[in-house]
Amino acid sequence: MTRTAPETPPFLGPLLDPASPEPNGLRAPDGGPAGRRYDVYRNNVTIGLMQALKSGFPVLAQVLDDRFADLARAFVRTHPPDSPILQRYGAALPGFLETWAPARGAPWLADLARLELALRESYHAADAPPLPPEVLANVPPDRLMTAHLQLAPSLRLVRSRWPVLSLWTDIRDGRAPTARAPGEAVLILRPDYDPAPHRLAPGGATLLLALSAGQPLGPAHAAAVAAAPQFDLSALLTQLLTGKGLTGLTFD
Amino acid sequence: MSTAGPIPRDRLPPAPGVGFKARHFAAIMDDPGPVEWLEIHAENYMGDGGRPLSQLSTLADRFPISVHGVGLSIGGEGPLDPGHLDRLSRLMGWLAPASFSEHLAWSTHEGAYFGDLLPLPYTQATLDRVAAHIDVVQDRLGRRMLLENPSSYLAFAESDRSETEFLTDLVARTGCGLLLDINNVFISATNLGLDPRAYIDAVPTGAVGEIHLAGHDEDHDDSGRPLLIDSHNRPVADPVWALYDHALARFGPVPTLIEWDTDVPDWPVLAAEAARAARALGQQAAA
Repeated sequence: MTRTAPETPPFLGPLLDPASPEPNGLRAPDGGPAGRRYDVYRNNVTIGLMQALKSGFPVLAQVLDDRFADLARAFVRTHPPDSPILQRYGAALPGFLETWAPARGAPWLADLARLELALRESYHAADAPPLPPEVLANVPPDRLMTAHLQLAPSLRLVRSRWPVLSLWTDIRDGRAPTARAPGEAVLILRPDYDPAPHRLAPGGATLLLALSAGQPLGPAHAAAVAAAPQFDLSALLTQLLTGKGLTGLTFD
Repeated sequence: MSTAGPIPRDRLPPAPGVGFKARHFAAIMDDPGPVEWLEIHAENYMGDGGRPLSQLSTLADRFPISVHGVGLSIGGEGPLDPGHLDRLSRLMGWLAPASFSEHLAWSTHEGAYFGDLLPLPYTQATLDRVAAHIDVVQDRLGRRMLLENPSSYLAFAESDRSETEFLTDLVARTGCGLLLDINNVFISATNLGLDPRAYIDAVPTGAVGEIHLAGHDEDHDDSGRPLLIDSHNRPVADPVWALYDHALARFGPVPTLIEWDTDVPDWPVLAAEAARAARALGQQAAA
């Protein structure tokens, strides 16, 4: 027995393909072919999804200006959403940007899109009561390094070989972006409902990755210091507490 | 229109509501004016947390909420997406809204979502399929749902019955109610050369649990005939208000939503549209 692929409904085939003729069996009121009437659906689908991308990637749309429509049109026709929850749409856009010929001269655009995706994920992430700073302050120094710190569901980390947060900030504020500075690691914290990106000092990303992998603070700190000898643990812990990036503290 | 006591939040009042937009949150909480209930798109509140769910929770403490789905694809060929039904069921569970509605349309196929409400032919086969999908939704949610009539730009050669016959049969078979979108009736009737009043007169009384009003754009087809586009980007057109009066005369006062989803105006503009609906409802109640 061979299993035949599910039939594509005739209405659907040309929906994302402007070069295809309208499907058969569609009528204008006089019984004639639907013509432009089918194009209304075609336009609604493409423009609706393009608009969803534009609201999901506002800074990318700002820097690409008119070319964003070209990018979005090409993306929606090849990558329609896999869910009706459009707040998740565009996870494949950074990868698509890496192969999109017009972006070849600006390879940092893909990481800019990754930063915007991470900000959007943070915005919709679950709420969780933050760890009160005094809980951490009251841990005896000899036990601190055995503590497991839980990161907030809204915390995100974006690492880039480009100065992605500087680029994002410049574009948002209307300055000409320059990609010359060294790469940046970005920590996204959501103290209330608005995610805020912060540039991480060297070693910070290493510590956060170790914590999120379940390591206690001691080994995580050692890894961070190995990556960046000047790593300042208390500065990062203060930043996390202030930005409500920690939600719990446990011991083995 | 405001009532002295707390508003019952388990049903929509026969009064104006609006489609909720986050930018209007402060204005609504400060003074909702003629607006007595709110509608949200289910899919916009299926995240895990953050401001959208917090705002919705705050609004639901004060206003009856209508949950309006755009992603179930009830008119689709395949079975309903169980994951999406789960998400919807979760939202309906914690929110306990006054109403749930979806569309006589499809929007997904084989897991891909098209972000638009796409049409289906009206035949016995599609009637059986849509009725089965409505049964699944009503069983899963444990409540009656409302089904919204679409805006049509074309007709299917294979359709062998009218949209109102199709909807009437669905109501009889599934026990669902109808969300009558008056703007969609006007658009479809204009685009397909039908009489919009005759459409309204063919909708079963007693089934209409909600009315939608919205603005539309005007275009033309290849032959120069009017082609109205359901754009939700401007005030409700005068002929749609007139058709609304005709519908109220048939159905009595019905919860009425002003939809404005693109080029969303400042709150006073939207509140003025709701006030116009309130006057029409008031005249109907007094008649």
